[in-house]
Amino acid sequence: MKLSLWRRYSFPASHRLFRAEWSAEHNERVFGKCANPYSHGHNYALEVGVTGPVDPATGMIANLTDLDSFVREKVLDAFDHTYMNEQIPEFRECVPTTENVCRVIFQRLAGFSHARVEGVRIEETGKNSFEYTAPSNL
Amino acid sequence: MIRVTRKLEFSAAHFYHNPNFSAEENRRVFGKCSNPHGHGHNYILEVTVAGEPDPKTGMVLDLRELKEILDREVTQRMDHRHLNYEVPELDGKIPTCEEIATVLWRILEPKIHQGHLDRIRLYESPDLFVDCTADGTKGSR
Repeated sequence: MKLSLWRRYSFPASHRLFRAEWSAEHNERVFGKCANPYSHGHNYALEVGVTGPVDPATGMIANLTDLDSFVREKVLDAFDHTYMNEQIPEFRECVPTTENVCRVIFQRLAGFSHARVEGVRIEETGKNSFEYTAPSNL
Repeated sequence: MIRVTRKLEFSAAHFYHNPNFSAEENRRVFGKCSNPHGHGHNYILEVTVAGEPDPKTGMVLDLRELKEILDREVTQRMDHRHLNYEVPELDGKIPTCEEIATVLWRILEPKIHQGHLDRIRLYESPDLFVDCTADGTKGSR
């Protein structure tokens, strides 16, 4: 039996899907409405999963106080109410699709010292969700 | 392989207290959850059974049977109970989501005979849940 603890957070942010080296038509064809130059936003729901032994003294894989403050410091404070294309340095190198947001957030959380971060799941809207799992689990 | 999931809800009280910790340490580690008067949650449990459908019935397992097992083993054991005092399987443990899910996995796994228990997901609230999944070592932790 394997056990993992999941915590759900949310942050609103905006993005635009486009590649500067592509023409406006090509961006429009590939990214559709998401290429709108004025950008658009979502209420992202973020789920973070951690795994590891349960400490018998506390009954916990990780204390939620530690997990919450780490996620707040590494992700929520940085992403909340931002235009991700310009304000999150990682997206200077890649398009801020929710696939890439998952990967970037996972990398930012990888240093959590109290348990192993197993995965990150993001709902971009109520209809779309994306999950990134630690490579050893694939 | 097909996965079948049944969902149920139970309401229970708990608080966190380690008798080996000082009062101050209990407050520091467990925060508001250490209030000795207890507090409660509407827990939601999702139980997933995996297997191949029987060619005659088209079913992985009889859902009525699963419902009876869950009613007997989960609802009767935990619904409207105080988890610190009324569930012997949790004696000596802090009744966190992790520990409750582990107890439920150990109770349910040997009782599923059609298909096998693949996952249980226990929500303490919409923003906190634990997944227990099979790791191929039946009966082990």
